[in-house]
Amino acid sequence: MSGLPLWEVFVRARRGLSHTHVGSLHAADAQMALRNARDLYTRRSEGVSIWVVPAAEITASSPDEKEPFFDPAADKVYRHPTFYDIPAEVEQL
Amino acid sequence: MTALQSYTLRLGDDCLILSHRLAEWTTRAPELEEDVALANIALDLLGQARMLLSYAGSFDGRSEDDLAYLRDEREFVNCQLAELENGDFAHTIARLLCFSTYQLALYRRLTDSADATLAAVAAKGVKEVAYHRDHAEHWTRRLGDGTAESHRRMQAGLAAVWPYTHELFIPDDVEQRLPGIAVDPGSLRPEWESFIDGVLTGATLERPADDGWRPRGGRHGVHTEAMGFLLAEFQYLHRAHPGARW
Repeated sequence: MSGLPLWEVFVRARRGLSHTHVGSLHAADAQMALRNARDLYTRRSEGVSIWVVPAAEITASSPDEKEPFFDPAADKVYRHPTFYDIPAEVEQL
Repeated sequence: MTALQSYTLRLGDDCLILSHRLAEWTTRAPELEEDVALANIALDLLGQARMLLSYAGSFDGRSEDDLAYLRDEREFVNCQLAELENGDFAHTIARLLCFSTYQLALYRRLTDSADATLAAVAAKGVKEVAYHRDHAEHWTRRLGDGTAESHRRMQAGLAAVWPYTHELFIPDDVEQRLPGIAVDPGSLRPEWESFIDGVLTGATLERPADDGWRPRGGRHGVHTEAMGFLLAEFQYLHRAHPGARW
């Protein structure tokens, strides 16, 4: 086990896409985290940009709050744009 | 052996032997992340070694494996710096700093070589070695400007590898017979010293004193006692099971 702080790594695969969480690693500081991320997560040409974030700085939703957080959205189909007729001529929608 | 073949072999052997040393850290590095980083660097060097040894072998019909596994100690022409035992992590970083700073300066010049193959290998290697140097530089600063113990070890690592750096810059007739193709190693020294001095200053380390002991001979097949043990491990499998595949 490493005694160094944990960092979360986000990689952008190519221009136009957003950064995606790919995993975590241990490092003493941000610069070391960035370099370790380069070695661990982009060695097979996975990315063009890397973000590293201290894991301790991330506020996460709790599994205990899952029901009040997410269940109310389940039966509200009107929030999905499924009640519109899409003209056949429109290609990009 | 032609001068071009000898020169290519020197470049390739440096990569091959240092690659093996760095690979020895696998599963033993201080952190899992560093384990992968050193293995990546070793693989970069192995890739360069394969291209260079394949090219060197093309002059007399030998394969990269023939050159890597079937030559004896006196036929290897790597610098002695590459073969030194890893020592502790600071020793390994000191060696990587000294070697990759030299190799980067060399490859940058070699991209203009009149030999198209060497120029292409150098052009590919420049980006890889720039990262190796960056990795070594950061660890040198961290350890040198870290705790009293890390500073002591980093300084000791530098002192251990320093005498072997002189050999990198000794020109001989192989380079002189290849004008426009080979790089005069002596001409790389000012750039090397200036970069290393900058790193050492930033890392609060002192440049080891030159006490006049300047071991040499690697380019002519004379090696330290570490080399035989390295080759024994490196070549054992291939020699015990000739032609083995998986």
